Formats: sequence, C-alpha cells, structure tokens
Amino acid sequence: MPQVFHPSANTLSRVVLFSLVVGPAALLGLVYLLVRSPYQTQVRVIREQPVQFSHEHHVNGLGIDCRFCHTSVETASAAGMPATHTCMTCHSQIWADSPLLEPVRASLKNQEPLAWSRVHDLPDFVYFHHGIHVQKGVGCVECHGRMDKMPLAWREKPLTMEWCLDCHRNPEPRLRPKDDVFAMDWEPPADSGLALGGELLQKSHMEVGQLTNCSICHR
Amino acid sequence: MYPTSSFLESDTLTMRSNTLSARAWFASDRWSRWLAAGVVLAALSGCQDMYDQHRYEPFESSTFFDDGASSRPLVAGTVPRTDPRNLPDVDDRNLLLTGLKDGQPSRSAPFPVDQTVLERGQGRYRIYCAPCHGELGDGKGIIVQRGFTTPPSYHEDRLREAPLGHFFQVITDGHGVMYSFASRVAPQDRWAIASYIRALQLSQNAKVSDLPPEDQDKIQEASK
Repeated sequence: MPQVFHPSANTLSRVVLFSLVVGPAALLGLVYLLVRSPYQTQVRVIREQPVQFSHEHHVNGLGIDCRFCHTSVETASAAGMPATHTCMTCHSQIWADSPLLEPVRASLKNQEPLAWSRVHDLPDFVYFHHGIHVQKGVGCVECHGRMDKMPLAWREKPLTMEWCLDCHRNPEPRLRPKDDVFAMDWEPPADSGLALGGELLQKSHMEVGQLTNCSICHR
Repeated sequence: MYPTSSFLESDTLTMRSNTLSARAWFASDRWSRWLAAGVVLAALSGCQDMYDQHRYEPFESSTFFDDGASSRPLVAGTVPRTDPRNLPDVDDRNLLLTGLKDGQPSRSAPFPVDQTVLERGQGRYRIYCAPCHGELGDGKGIIVQRGFTTPPSYHEDRLREAPLGHFFQVITDGHGVMYSFASRVAPQDRWAIASYIRALQLSQNAKVSDLPPEDQDKIQEASK
C-alpha cells in the first residue's frame, strides 16, 4: 500500500502544532507591545502647537516658576493654562516683533484664546486633582518629567492606570518636602533612603490602603 | 381552542420562518462582514463616549461659541455667591479688595501680618515678582536683564515711604508697563507680597544694631 502522506507532512504537522501554541501567544504579545508603544501612549511624542513654546527656555533659561503660568496647580483640579495676558506680561516688550509670537499677539488682538493641544489628557472617566498631589508632596517631575529639559513639550509618562497605581500602592519613594515640589532637580538626600518618604507619608496623613479604592480616581 | 393559544401558534410559525431566512442569511458570506462592521462600530462609539464624555473639561475648546472656548467670561457686574479665592474673614472687606482706607492707599494690611504671612509673601514674591523685580527688590530681575523696562528699586526713598496699599494697588491694577496680576494673585496674597516687600526694604537698609544679639556676634566674628 502506498503511503498516504508525503514525508514532508511530518514537518508540516510540527509547524502547525507549534504555531497553534505560539501563534496566539505571539499575537497577544504583539498587541501588548503595541498598547505600550509610544504609538498608543504618546510618550516622548512631540505635539504640534500653535506656538513653539519652549519650557526649557522659560524654566531652565530664565528660572520662571511653574506657577507663574500654571496658577491654579496648588488649589484646583486643573493646573491652569496661562491666559494670553500672562504671555504678554513679558512679551509686550520682549520679542515683541518676533514672527514666532504672531499667534499670541493675534490672540490678544482678537480676544480669541490660543488653542493649545493637550499633552496630558486623561480619559473623562478618570478624576484627577493637581492640588491634592501638590499638597501631599508629589513633585511635578514625578509625572511630567524634566520639563526644564524639553524644548517642545512631550508626555514623559504613559498615564496608564497601571502607572497611576504604581504610585498609589507605594507613594513613599515619590514624596518630597512641600518646598521642593516645584523644583526640577530635587534629589532625596543621599543617606535618607526611604526614611524621608515614610516620614512625609506620616506627616501628610495619607492612608495608603485607601489610595487604591476605585472611587479615589473613578467618581 | 382558546384564542390565546391560536395566537401563540401563529407566532411560532412566524418565528420559524424568521429562523429559516436567518439561516439562509448566515449561510451567505455577507453576515461576517456585517458582524465585523457592527462590532467595530459598537466598540469605537462606546470607547469614544467614555473617553470623551459629553461635557466640557476645564479649558476645553468648543465649536458652540464664537471665540472657540467653552469657559465663558463672567457677565459684567457678576457678584460671586461663594468666593473660590478663599478670602480671609476680615473686618474691612473693602480694604482687603481695594487697598484703600478712607479713600487713600492704606498704611497697614487688613489682617495681622505674622511670620506665616511673610513666608507666604516671600514664596509668592519669588514666583510672580522676582522675574522682573529681582530677589532683592532692586529691579534687576532676569527679564529686565533680557531687555524689559527696568522697574524702580524698592529701596529708593519714594517707595520706602509709599503706603502698603500702594503695592497692593500696583499688583492689582498694574503700573506703567507692568500688567495687572489680579487674576493670578489672590487679594490676601497681594497683601502678603506687599508686606514681604516691606521686609525686603528693611533688609536692605538695616543697621547692625537692628539685628538680634546672636546675629550681631556672627557678623562681628565674620568681619574679624
């Protein structure tokens, strides 16, 4: 009786078996990589803005405090985007003829706000409050990265739920004294280890167990 | 036979014929395309509605208003029922908000100025004032170094003698090329800044004998 299967069927069956197991896993892995890639998270992707505003120049070059423009960051949910009036506080005289600033002057003239493109946009089902994070000693840098080194703004962290929870489960290493919240280059004292974080955690009356309650962020 | 049961029977018949046509439809290959399109649509619309819900976030743009902003300016003459600025409870509210006492710039703050107020003033001064006026109040801040009109030093006689309310008013209304900071600095913080400017003026015109004894000792040791 002639053989039903050609010898190559051996290889074929092995390949089929192999891909039955590995195929779905590879597909899942691919989706996982895609979800975490900058394509999805927008991490380090520079956004087009109406004005080429440089945080590096204003923060690092001139030493202007975050709160000069983001005035409500200590008290409100939104950090606050500066009104055109705030830009013109200095730019009524400095770079007053620069073509780069034409949209700012047009905004003032026409009484139309500049339409900045949001770099950090949380889904609407997430409740987030800047004020409470600042008051409890979470530095700007923890979420926004070194803004003083960004010529054009990008998102430094993925803003995924997993990323939020990393800190909500274990806030100690991310806390700093209140006076240093806005400092870009603050480092914990070399010898303190986690002692400083623990101390700050106690002082701030945070219940770490409660920080992962659903209603802390979804309300 | 009861009318109801015959009713049911006819219903069953319709269902059967429906099922048959459905089977025929499922047998054709069109259904998979429809299913895929349906699933994708449902998924997309669902996500979008949850991520961007039908409400405005602070500073969100809007196509509804001419200026493209969802936040609206206050109607002229609006009186707040509650004040988001957390104004302190003071006797003279008019003084707190205008800097005026009996129609003249006040010589004192509307609330007692203590260490906490001065520290608050120092913090706010460094954020909003120091870029131009400098940390020392000499008018040589970084923005001035880059070409902005030089403001007067706080340490000249005219400003050393100016009433506290003058500084409050300048922060509130602006002065010369200086813009108003009223929307950025709350009234109580303007008083704190004005008080801190007084402290700056003192610091730049202090005599050694003004210092507490231990600091006098330190200076004497340093000068040896």
